[in-house]
Amino acid sequence: MAEFVGRRFTVPKHLGIMVASDAKPDGGAVMKPDRSALEVLGLTKRFDRLAVDSLDLTIHAGEFYALVGPNGAGKTTTLRMVAGLLRPDAGAVSIFGIDALANPVAAKQVMAWVSDEPMIYDKLTPLEYLEFVAGLWGIAPSVSEPVAEGLLTSLGLEPHRHERCEGFSKGMRQKVALAGALVHDPRLIILDEPLTGLDAVSARHVKGLLSERVRAGCTVIMTTHILEVAERMADRIGVIASGRLVAEGTLTELRQQNGHADTSLEDLFIALVTLPEAA
Amino acid sequence: MSSATALSWFARHELRLAWREWFAMMTGGRRKRARAAVIGLLFFAALLHVPAWAVIGRFADLQLPLDKSSLIVISATIFLAWTLMLSQAIESVTRVFYARADLDLIMSSPATLANLFSVRIAAIALAVTAMALLFSTPFIDVLVIGGGARWLAAFGVVVAMGLSAAAIAIAITILLFRLIGPARTRFVAQVLAAMIGAGFVIALQVAAIMSYGTLSRFTILTSGSFAAYAPDVDSIWWWPARATMGDSEALLLLLALGLVLLGSVMAVFSRRFADTAIDAAAYGASGSKRTKQRPFRGGSRQQALRRKEFSLLWRDPWLISQTLMQLLYLVPPALLLWRNFADNSAALTLITPVIVMAAGQLAGGLAWLTISGEDAPDLVATAPLTPSSVIRAKIEVVLIAIAAIFCPLVAALAFASPFQAAVSAGAVIISAASATAIQLWFRVQARRSQFRRRQTSSRLATFAEAFSSIGWAASAALLLALPIAGLVSGLITAGLVAITWKFSPKRN
Repeated sequence: MAEFVGRRFTVPKHLGIMVASDAKPDGGAVMKPDRSALEVLGLTKRFDRLAVDSLDLTIHAGEFYALVGPNGAGKTTTLRMVAGLLRPDAGAVSIFGIDALANPVAAKQVMAWVSDEPMIYDKLTPLEYLEFVAGLWGIAPSVSEPVAEGLLTSLGLEPHRHERCEGFSKGMRQKVALAGALVHDPRLIILDEPLTGLDAVSARHVKGLLSERVRAGCTVIMTTHILEVAERMADRIGVIASGRLVAEGTLTELRQQNGHADTSLEDLFIALVTLPEAA
Repeated sequence: MSSATALSWFARHELRLAWREWFAMMTGGRRKRARAAVIGLLFFAALLHVPAWAVIGRFADLQLPLDKSSLIVISATIFLAWTLMLSQAIESVTRVFYARADLDLIMSSPATLANLFSVRIAAIALAVTAMALLFSTPFIDVLVIGGGARWLAAFGVVVAMGLSAAAIAIAITILLFRLIGPARTRFVAQVLAAMIGAGFVIALQVAAIMSYGTLSRFTILTSGSFAAYAPDVDSIWWWPARATMGDSEALLLLLALGLVLLGSVMAVFSRRFADTAIDAAAYGASGSKRTKQRPFRGGSRQQALRRKEFSLLWRDPWLISQTLMQLLYLVPPALLLWRNFADNSAALTLITPVIVMAAGQLAGGLAWLTISGEDAPDLVATAPLTPSSVIRAKIEVVLIAIAAIFCPLVAALAFASPFQAAVSAGAVIISAASATAIQLWFRVQARRSQFRRRQTSSRLATFAEAFSSIGWAASAALLLALPIAGLVSGLITAGLVAITWKFSPKRN
């Protein structure tokens, strides 16, 4: 059942694939994507070995997509290329129809990147950091200031908003970085292991915030090692191994594709990623 | 493991860490560079003998007993070296306190903390002394070659100075912790280190300017009036000078004094050393520094970047201490300018190279912090700005900061000599631009806290930056005195900057 939020919509997880064009406010329609939030074609990157191998990936607008895979599978490299932090050796990246390699500035305007290692400025306060990020994205102060205050409150950072970040724990830093990613209201959020170092309460805050964003029509792509998070939060899951997408779909689809109707994602994951390694 | 065995094991561990840190600093963390680093170091040490000969060679023939004037000059030189060691030691101690590193492991081990921290204090003293020996060796070599083996005693004096400087630095830093707390100690200690290092020379220069209208600090040291106030020739104040010249009794007393001082500091402060380190670590974890609330400001994306850079520069304790030191070095020329304001004295010319050199050095540091020292590179790289507009905004910050510091001095100079002010302004701009360009060509991604190690990423950039500042300073001074020579010097310096660009990685 699709629920409209302004011009945006959300889709229940079990539908897996969604649309705007065919969606009706009263729901019930079979949904197809009106357009992709992200389209990756033949993406390739080689360091001393092939890190990403002709990867094709399509993520629909308003979708929560989890990218899982073993260490060194190419998850972070893929997302760094999408975010414009790494130049691919070959391939194409399109973000909401914008060619991200030809027009990176326009593509960056609509997306946000959060890395596993929170990179913030020790000598700035959380509020100053958010002011800076909003300034970089050209958001008017009248808009960004209340949003920033709201984000800090919802992430439990309100008492620390005027303290410099130098003494913050990793979890607090991660939350500041996440607030920075959300303050300019991006349409696509790319997160690389965002829950690393967060305590249970903070992790729940972050997951809640991300779900809220997806409900509001934002697209979220996240890599994670915590399969339970992928299982519970993601509309679709992509399994990557040796730089290639080895499986993709909703959890039900993944189970059906692999003929394990009742297996957990963990068992499925192990079965999927050990195949390419064995090959 | 017995207590003595544990201590010697920990001492070996500390020495190994210190050696590896130094080695990494010399080689930029690449083991393949070890041979090149050794050759470079030997070449540098050999090269240092040339200025050492020029500065100290004429004193090699001095014999005991000395007259008061010679004792004053030698003692002042030793005191100057000691203040520099003290400055370095304060910086080292502060670094040890604030680097969390292996603190958790040490604190959670069953070893006696007072003993372990005594070893750490000794390691600091050893590091300070080793560094002092390294830099003093060319000077002592020159004295030994020119005046005989008796000058070898100077090595002993350097050791005594190193031990005492480390002991006093530890005492000062721990007292600062107790007096003003960990939040302020790092900043105050860095400023103090900068002021101690520069303060003595500047004080002598200020006294020379006020009394004799010259920048030469030796003018005041060799003056009759100074000698009249100095103690008698057999006073204990002259022990360091006498020990340097081979007086074994004075040398043994100095060494004993150094050891007693360090031993006392170990006995009194080793337990507090642990408490202080915990306080510093706890401060890092609590981060209590607060900033006043003010509304968000608007403007372009570049303005947002510039504001961020200015905030970070303003809050950078290293930069504040270094800027303060540069400004301290500008006090004597400013004073000279003020004294010679009415007449166009030749001494006024000396101001230009000092200003130009300071501008180049400061611009190099600022450029590294803004261009290479980006703590959130992913954020800036994923922002909707072109890389060129990011770099342009960062360069603008460097040039605005340099302009803000040096404009008042050049403006004051314009009242005394408009031509000299114009030359100085031009040279300041070129010197700052050259240093910034070198940092841009050799930029590497690093954290701001790695500033102290910025030289390790490229020796070529480090030397090029230093030679370019010196070159532009010399060119400006020569342009005022001998215009043709100034032009030739300027062309050579421009050639040096061009060669640096040719070898820079960003060119490819």
